[in-house]
Amino acid sequence: MEDKLILKGHEFTSRFILGSGKYSLDLIKAAVEQAGAQIITLALRRAATGDVANILDYIPKGVTLLPNTSGARNAEEAVRIAHLARELGCGDFIKIECIRDSKYLLPDNYETAKATEQLAKEGFVVMPYMYPDLNAARDMANAGAACIMPLGAPIGTNKGLCTKDFIKILIDEIDLPIIVDAGIGKPSQACEAMEMGAAAVMANTAIATAGDVAVMAQAFKKAIEAGRSAYLCGMGRVVEGKASASSPLTGFLRD
Amino acid sequence: MEIKELDPKNRVNHMEYMPGMEVIDSDMLLQVTELMEEYDYDKYTDADVKAALNHDTVTPEDFKALLSPAALPFLEEIAQRAQEETRKHFGNSIMMFTPLYIANYCENYCIYCGFNCHNSIHRARLTRDEIEHEMQAIAKTGLQEVLILTGESRKMSDVKYIGEACALAKKYFKVIGVEVYPMNSDEYAYLHKCGADYVTVFQETYNSDKYETLHLAGHKRIFPYRFYAQERAILGGMRGVGFAALLGLSDFRKDAFATGMHAYLLQRKYPHAEIAFSCPRLRPIINNDKINPKDVHEAQLLQVICAYRLFMPFASITISTRECERFRNNVIKIAATKISGGVDVGIGGRDGEKKGDEQFEISDGRSVEEVYKAIEDAGLQPVMSDYIYV
Repeated sequence: MEDKLILKGHEFTSRFILGSGKYSLDLIKAAVEQAGAQIITLALRRAATGDVANILDYIPKGVTLLPNTSGARNAEEAVRIAHLARELGCGDFIKIECIRDSKYLLPDNYETAKATEQLAKEGFVVMPYMYPDLNAARDMANAGAACIMPLGAPIGTNKGLCTKDFIKILIDEIDLPIIVDAGIGKPSQACEAMEMGAAAVMANTAIATAGDVAVMAQAFKKAIEAGRSAYLCGMGRVVEGKASASSPLTGFLRD
Repeated sequence: MEIKELDPKNRVNHMEYMPGMEVIDSDMLLQVTELMEEYDYDKYTDADVKAALNHDTVTPEDFKALLSPAALPFLEEIAQRAQEETRKHFGNSIMMFTPLYIANYCENYCIYCGFNCHNSIHRARLTRDEIEHEMQAIAKTGLQEVLILTGESRKMSDVKYIGEACALAKKYFKVIGVEVYPMNSDEYAYLHKCGADYVTVFQETYNSDKYETLHLAGHKRIFPYRFYAQERAILGGMRGVGFAALLGLSDFRKDAFATGMHAYLLQRKYPHAEIAFSCPRLRPIINNDKINPKDVHEAQLLQVICAYRLFMPFASITISTRECERFRNNVIKIAATKISGGVDVGIGGRDGEKKGDEQFEISDGRSVEEVYKAIEDAGLQPVMSDYIYV
């Protein structure tokens, strides 16, 4: 059976969600191709309505647009931006970002859960970006989210899986795809997230700030695929220190 | 005509609010002033600068070291670190905008400014139709962000007039900023309702004694009312606020430090506020050659810009057309994230006849298209809109 990422009935074979900000528009097409990405995020605030440098003109056809609500400070603003995205013809997918901290850009889980509830009711495929907190993730799942998108590290830092233990709890406890978003800086970190059972990885800064955007996009694709394969086949046991051939405590049972 | 304010005894107390000026409950002015007074930039050494560069998070103490004379020999290292931070937070995006001056009537007497009320220049105030024509001409260039400016005259450019300009701008642009006289929070709320979301107010200098000798008359003379403009703008619902000292008016190191601390304290108090810096130096202006910004050379200016970047890596930094093409082209590669093109600092003239004189002489007169191309040539991405009005 083909391994698929399923978001509210929508099926994808790629598990790499690509960001479109922070790099040159004419590199987007190459990045999408090299990443093999089927979903690309788009900050609606960047979707200019004019003819000059309009990002919408640079996104290849056939790729699912994932507009985000970047710029929203609360649930109400996120809902309004989602409506604008729909009006602009960006489809039904929406990544919720509710941020009221201009310094670290950390998401507000409470407002995010509220926006999730509203937009899920309206038929959106809601993908909430959140700080990995189990209770908040449960609220978002109950509110109708299509997946949960916990951050690995503060956005833009390329620091990797700083929140690893908490993301693992979400993977273990939430019956929705867990997509690691933000902070992933290297292909090896994306691979690590996939190995532990993340359903997909979203990256932007790591690719945008690389020496060669297209080559880095491809490197991430390979790492994500490798991590996914490792997860699917079941990872081997890790043996710490010396080999454990003997049974110092229970050997007596065989005496 | 004799100017009575030239005699200090004829000037009003610059620390006392005038009738109608809103007083908010805040002690930020005291905090910033005390910090600035304590700042002794000569005590910082090479070791302090190196330590600042090694820290993940640049503290106010590191910011002091980065602004000190000791940091100047490390400008290359500082610029490299600044570039790293800029790319981390903004990728290769450079936002584009243009200023639109709609009136140059002014009731202030600021001795260094071309718009000051005693300078005999051509005054004008664009009509609604003229404003719309200017906006149409700007929109044609592809820009989606406009900064609306007036001289500081409540009589000739009242809040309603500025609000109308914002509402008109909403038809043509996605991002609207205002750089007008400081107002009360309910007036900012009104402009926000009309479509504006960014407010820039230059404090010029944070040294109130020096301030008093430069701003002799008018509303602008009231130092604390100007200082609290950003906070009132946030209270009025504005999304972002811009800060600047006009470097060279007073001790630029202290002024740059105070500007940074003003922004820092405001963001701590209002974490959602988006922060922006402008970095103007004094340039030659019409009918005034009294002040010469000898002390802020390009290296010092770059030092200040990089220090702002390292201290507040997430802040927007605008590079002024007061600077030349060479400097602007290079500084967007390092730390600035916002640049204007097709700039005209006079009143009207984009679509027809020039109505009023310029505030200052610009050094980079390139068109939007030329600036756009320069950004691309630097391997960067011009961004027309990075904002959504909700």
